[in-house]
Amino acid sequence: MASPLLEVKNLVVRYAIWGGILRHKVGEIRAVDDISLTIDAGETVGLVGESGCGKTTVAKAICNILKATAPGVIEQGEVIFHSANGPVNLLPLGRAEMRAHRADIQMIFQDPFASLNPRMTVREIVERPLIVHTDKSRKARRQIVDSLLERVGLQPADATRYPHEFSGGQRQRVGIARALSVHPKLIIADEPVSALDVSVQSQVINLLRELQSEFGLAYLFVAHDLSVVHHISDRIAVMYLGNLVETGDSEAVYRHPSHPYSQALISAVPHPVAGSSREDRIKLTGEIPTPVNKPSGCPFRTRCWLAREECEQSLPPLQQKESGQLAACPWV
Amino acid sequence: MASIHHSADNAPPRPLLQVRDLEVAFRVEHGLARAVDGVSFDLAAGEVLGIVGESGSGKSVTALSILRLIPDPPGKISKGQILLDDLDLLSLTYDQMRQIRGNEIAMIFQEPMTALNPVFSIGMQVREAVLTHAKISKAEATDRAVGMLEKVGIPSARRRLHDYPHQFSGGMRQRVMIAMALVCHPRILIADEPTTALDVTTQSQILDLMLELKHHESDASIILITHDLGVVAETCDRAVVMYGGKIQEVGTVQQIFADAKHPYTEGLLASLPAMAGPRDEQLYTIPGNVPSIMDMPSGCRFCTRCEHVTDRCRQEEPALHEIGDGQFVRCHLLEPGSKPDSG
Repeated sequence: MASPLLEVKNLVVRYAIWGGILRHKVGEIRAVDDISLTIDAGETVGLVGESGCGKTTVAKAICNILKATAPGVIEQGEVIFHSANGPVNLLPLGRAEMRAHRADIQMIFQDPFASLNPRMTVREIVERPLIVHTDKSRKARRQIVDSLLERVGLQPADATRYPHEFSGGQRQRVGIARALSVHPKLIIADEPVSALDVSVQSQVINLLRELQSEFGLAYLFVAHDLSVVHHISDRIAVMYLGNLVETGDSEAVYRHPSHPYSQALISAVPHPVAGSSREDRIKLTGEIPTPVNKPSGCPFRTRCWLAREECEQSLPPLQQKESGQLAACPWV
Repeated sequence: MASIHHSADNAPPRPLLQVRDLEVAFRVEHGLARAVDGVSFDLAAGEVLGIVGESGSGKSVTALSILRLIPDPPGKISKGQILLDDLDLLSLTYDQMRQIRGNEIAMIFQEPMTALNPVFSIGMQVREAVLTHAKISKAEATDRAVGMLEKVGIPSARRRLHDYPHQFSGGMRQRVMIAMALVCHPRILIADEPTTALDVTTQSQILDLMLELKHHESDASIILITHDLGVVAETCDRAVVMYGGKIQEVGTVQQIFADAKHPYTEGLLASLPAMAGPRDEQLYTIPGNVPSIMDMPSGCRFCTRCEHVTDRCRQEEPALHEIGDGQFVRCHLLEPGSKPDSG
């Protein structure tokens, strides 16, 4: 059933750097540099990488909300969404045209404190997308909200309470209910559990997985926690400084990472088991470049133990590796 | 309480730091919030002790209390002793305490951007730490600062002395913090979530650095406060597990991670996605939410979320008792004589 739901093709996002007293444009950052990835209906793609690698920018570009938040942003490439009425490129769409697709693509945010309006009750928050995107009656909306709240594990009485009355995990449940209210096909979840306590994190992860099979959702799961990403994702894409360095089946990437950066990233995760030691870690050296002073050629070469002269010349293309995944390094 | 945390045979003659029955309360609108409630533990010389817990467990307040950095008001250390050798830190005057901070016990914080002063160069800040505690010239202090910054891996340290915190990356700032903390060779380093704000590859470097400096430099004891169980497993010798302002379990890292006994510790470990395990399984969950510090249940703090809860747990607070070779738990079901089906 592997029909693509969303295809990101050669996405490039450049942010303007503003400077000087007149706030004119003094430079550009290539936050996302020629990225392609596909999300099939009903599957979970995990997008991992460290801060500044552009993973959140990819998520925002897919939702077409970059123009609203980053003036002067330049987006190239295509974000093809396969809607019920055929494929459509979301990237060039304006606000009004995009609205027709917003119900299909919903977001869950990292910070459940900042992403819920503190002056709205939980009912108002969850009902809002229904008012915007559907013409359901008040009574119908009420029923939908009630059943959604119950589904995500909140009490019916919670509908009249305000966000500040809830703990972080409960707020994230409200955010999930809001995203689900308009029956999306794709949910972009940007670090949805990283602000939560360990004992609550697993509750939310389980809920997300249950809802996926129940509603046939596809997820783009953006996160930095590799063990969580591996647990929830069918496929994983690893980003480094705006480039996709490795992508493939979750097990392949996690168990047999190919690109040196993926290897280092996975090896750096501390294991909560007895006898876990730091001895056999891959130790990276060197200052971490930022998108502003991005190295030429392979962006990882300044920290890579396999780096050689050729790496400075050009960006290695993604190529098929033994375990089936694609990796952008010719030396592994 | 006397024999706590060290079995007789391998116990060093005297722990470096002894926290005894520490109680810290904060005055809030509707009364008194007891953030830390009767916490006792020892820190041996050269030991790396992890304090783990979720938000509101009292782990950071415990750490801040050791250096008496609890803002008063609204907070107050209402009870207990904190003994550094024979000296009760809670009995010291403000000036005496200043001589301890940075000199005997140093601290690094989670967010190096807020812990460093943005309007002073890092050279000034590291040097200030030296000059506060050593009677040496400014030039000598600068040399020491450079030496320490080099040790923590700041490239071309002497040239960067005049740079300000915002000119460094997060990982480099944390290195500066570590340099500041270690420049006076403290005997105890308290690290409160030192790597939480950092990326995982950077976290790995910082943890390596801390352990390396400990082994090769100062042999300071470290108290590492974190919510990340993986970090504890890899870096600590012993761990204290806190929940609801109380210690729930204490043991060596081996005991905690291979043979956790308290239902909370077990639950925490089980709810992490397993590295090796199958992917398609549901994760174990601890039901419910962390209770607010203002309405902690009576009896056992964990009773509202525990699978094995009994009536006794809801009424009577269990005591922290030893279950073997330095492993302590606070659970009725693990007390000698109670039914053995609790594990």
